[in-house]
Amino acid sequence: MWITRRVEFSASHTCYNPALSEAENDALFGADANPHGHGHNYGLEVTLEGEPHPVTGMVVDLKEVKLILEEAVLVPMDHRHLNLEVAPFDTVAPTAENLAVELWRRLAPRFAAGPARLRNIRLYETDDLFVDYEGR
Amino acid sequence: MADVRLTRRYRFSASHRLNSEQLSAEENRAVYGKCNNPYGHGHDYVMDVTIRGDVNEARGRLISIDALDQFVQVVVLKSFDRRNLNVEVTEFATLPPTTEVLSQVIARRMSEAWPIAFGGSGARLEKLRIRETRNNIFEVLAPAPVEREDQLDEISESRS
Repeated sequence: MWITRRVEFSASHTCYNPALSEAENDALFGADANPHGHGHNYGLEVTLEGEPHPVTGMVVDLKEVKLILEEAVLVPMDHRHLNLEVAPFDTVAPTAENLAVELWRRLAPRFAAGPARLRNIRLYETDDLFVDYEGR
Repeated sequence: MADVRLTRRYRFSASHRLNSEQLSAEENRAVYGKCNNPYGHGHDYVMDVTIRGDVNEARGRLISIDALDQFVQVVVLKSFDRRNLNVEVTEFATLPPTTEVLSQVIARRMSEAWPIAFGGSGARLEKLRIRETRNNIFEVLAPAPVEREDQLDEISESRS
C-alpha cells in the first residue's frame, strides 16, 4: 500500500550552471537562469510504501512523518535561498530534477528503518511542472 | 545519474461530437448519449506530458522546458487548441474523437516528432494524461519512438 504526505515550502533559487556558457545556460534554463534569482511555492509529495499494522491499522504514524518532513525539509529549505543556503546547491543547479534527487537523499535514510519505506518523491515547482524520482 | 520523470501540464480547448460512421444514427444516440448532440460541445482539456531520462547532476535538467513548450505548441496545441476536432483534425475524419482516441492520436503525433526535436537528448516521451473534465481522466503510454533514418526523413518531409 502507498501513502502520500504533502508539504509546501517557499524558496528562491536561480538555475545557472557556471560550467556552461551564457548561451548554453539560456538554452537550457531560459528565464530560470536570471542571476538575481526568483522563487517558487514548492509542493512536495512524499509517497511511502508499507502494509497496515495488524493492531493500529496504520502503515506509518503520520505525526512522525510530519515531524520528519519539518526537520529534513522545512527547517533547512522553507523561506531560504537554495543556492546560497542549502548544500549541494552552492555547486549544482537547484533545478526541480536535482532538488527531487536531493530530497530523496535526505529523506530515504529517515524511513530506512521502517515501518514504511520511501517509494517516490514528487516535487511540484509550479502547478504545471513537477518531477518524480523513485531513488534509482 | 538519476532516473527522473518530469511532467509538464498544458491546456487546450476544443469542440467535438462523438459519432461513429460505423453506427446508425439511432445506435450513435444510444452509445454516446448527449455527447452525440449534432451541434457538438467542447471541453477545456488538461494534458500532462511525462518525459523520462537519466539526469546528470552537473547538468541538472532533463531537457529545456522552453524547448518542450515549443515542441508541444507546434506538434499539439497549434492543431488542437480552439479547434473543432471532428472538422479540423485529420484523424477524426474517420475516428470518433473520444478522449481515449484523442490521447492515442496526440501520443502518436508526439512520438513521431520526438526524435527530430529531442533524439539526442536521452529524454524519452513516456506518458500522456488527458483530463477531459474534472471527472474524466485518460492515460496512455507513448508508443515506441521511430528510430530508422528513412522514417525520420519521411516525417520531416511530411511536416515541412
